This record gives sequence, C-alpha cells and structure tokens, in this order.
Amino acid sequence: MGLEEALPSGVLLTTVEKVAGYARKGSLWPATFGLACCAIEMMASGGARYDLARFGMEVFRASPRQADLMIVAGRVSQKMAPVLRQVYDQMPGPKWVLAMGVCASSGGMFNNYAIVQGVDHVVPVDIYLPGCPPRPEMLIDAILKLHDQIQDTKLGVNRKAEIRALESAALTAPATLEMKGLLR
Amino acid sequence: MAELPQAVRGFGVTFATIFKKVVTEQYPEQAAKFPPKPRYHGRHQLNRWADGLEKCIGCELCAWACPADAIFVQGADNQEGDRHSPGERYGRVYQINYLRCIFCGLCIEACPTRALTMTNEFELADNNRADLIYEKQDLLTPLLPGMLAPPHEMVPGTTDTDYYANKITGAVPEQAVQVDAEQVAP
Repeated sequence: MGLEEALPSGVLLTTVEKVAGYARKGSLWPATFGLACCAIEMMASGGARYDLARFGMEVFRASPRQADLMIVAGRVSQKMAPVLRQVYDQMPGPKWVLAMGVCASSGGMFNNYAIVQGVDHVVPVDIYLPGCPPRPEMLIDAILKLHDQIQDTKLGVNRKAEIRALESAALTAPATLEMKGLLR
Repeated sequence: MAELPQAVRGFGVTFATIFKKVVTEQYPEQAAKFPPKPRYHGRHQLNRWADGLEKCIGCELCAWACPADAIFVQGADNQEGDRHSPGERYGRVYQINYLRCIFCGLCIEACPTRALTMTNEFELADNNRADLIYEKQDLLTPLLPGMLAPPHEMVPGTTDTDYYANKITGAVPEQAVQVDAEQVAP
C-alpha cells in the first residue's frame, strides 16, 4: 500500500477505499473448513438453491493460501484448535473469520472440556452467526453483514489509526470478570 | 437415421435444462417470497396479556429446560404499585444468549403461561458476543393498541385466575390513570 501512505488522507483515499472495499467484498473466497453439521448447511449455501455464486463466493478453496474468509462451521475441539490457527495463519491478508453456528461462536450446548468455548479464543472473529445449525439464509445474511463491514474497511494510514483505536479500546475495556450488573 | 455421437447427445441435457424452472431462491432481494415455515424456530418473544401486563411469571422453568444453558431468568415479587404481571411474581431479569441457544423449543414447551414463544425471525448475526445476549426489552413484544406499558395494576375486580383463563380483553381507563400518575410522580 505504498501510494496511499504517501498521500495525505483525504478525498483520493476515501475513493480508493470504496473501490477496494467493493473489490474485496465482490470476490470473497471462503476456505473449506467444515467441522461438523454446520458444514452441511454451508455446502447447501454453495449449491444451486441458495447459490453463493450470486455474491462471487462459490469457490470454496481447499488451500488456505487462496482464501480470504474462513467460515468456521462446527464445533472446534481442543485438538483441532492449533490446526484452525495454522489454517488461519496460512491465509494471506486481508482475511476475515465467520464463526458459523453456536458451537463455533461460543461452544454452544457443548459446554465441556473437549470443545473450545468459542473460536475467538484462537482467532479474531469478525462476525458471529447463531443457529444450530443456521439455515443457509442465515449464513447468507451473516455474509452480507460481513460484506458491509468489508465495504467500510479503511486503507493505509486510516486503517492503522483504526487498528490503534480498536486496540486501545480493547485494552481499556473491562474484562468479563470485572463486569458488574445483570450480565452473567 | 445414424446415431448421434455421444458427445453431441450429452449436450441434450444442457439444452433441456434451459427450459427447466430456476430453483435458486433470490434470498435477500426476494426474501418475502421464501418465508420460513410458520412453525419455524426463530428468535424468541415474550408475550403480554391483552392489557399489556407481561405473561412471564419468573418461574425459571425455561432456564431449567434449556439443554444449552442459554436462558437466565431472575424472578422478583410484584409490589404494590409496581406490578408487571398478574399474580405474585414476574421475571425481573430475562436474558437469552443466542450464541448458546440451539432453537430446540424445549423452553416453549416448558413455559406454563405461554409467555415464551418463537417468531420466524432468523437474521441474528452480529459482530460481537455481548450484543447477542438478548435482554428482556429486546424480547418483549411491542405494545398493541389497547395495551398499557407495565407497571400497572390488574383490571379492577379481576384476579390472576381470570388472566390465566384468558378473560381479559384489554386495558380499562382505571389502569390508564395509574400509568399516568406513575409517569408524573418521579
């Protein structure tokens, strides 16, 4: 991103951001990462009836090096967690993670020692999708919400400032243990 | 007539497919054309009686029935001048964690007053975990015409049994006076 960094943030950069966001969301290739029953619904979304190809997403890449989005579909066991992280690390940036279904999002009904209680313990998650398993429409809805997020992503110096602001906000935010009130 | 070569005959399938009906559901654009089935298990809702009082009595049976421990309920006693439901108790805190809920509907079966039912809404995805814990105000149904926002007393001359027998048809003016007085007082 040499050009954008050299330029002052302004009109040109915002236009570039819009174009880049449009290009990124228009061909978001998911990595094949089905772990359990959610993967069946994920495959159904790619099929003829729901047809993710309408959003330029029909190619589920078997290689993480060609993928932009990791749809974690299913419960992640403790043994699978390092593999999940490795697949994520092998994906080239910019990359996004969609936690599909309650198991990937928070452990779901498997509140036990074998299952990671939410993949956000292992990788940063951009969008959480409830449902057990979510129907293909729910997955498409989550993907479209992620598309909106990607469209608004900043570039270059603006992105760095955004990351800094998010980091500092996360550092000052109270930990779950310190949260008082009705939230359990 | 000579047999067509296999390769050409294969295109017959492709050609015939042109005249078949398209099976693709244009989901976000024409979502209304493909609604879920009426009994689809979607987001929960907390219902009200015809006069606006909440049906939930804070008994926690839904939380006990939940196989995923997604529901948290804390009941409280209805006080004089602070009544949210007919009868003794109401649900003061009601939370459903949609990152645990598996939409099985066991909570709906457990509910003794039909306070908890399910809607067909399924577009729940969000970008953080805290917002997917739905609080009571997110789950309560909106007030319909003829309903008054609690807290207010029961319809004068009735008991909670009349409510459970579904004999209440709507809010009466006496209850409206109470609501107005409460809004003025603080």
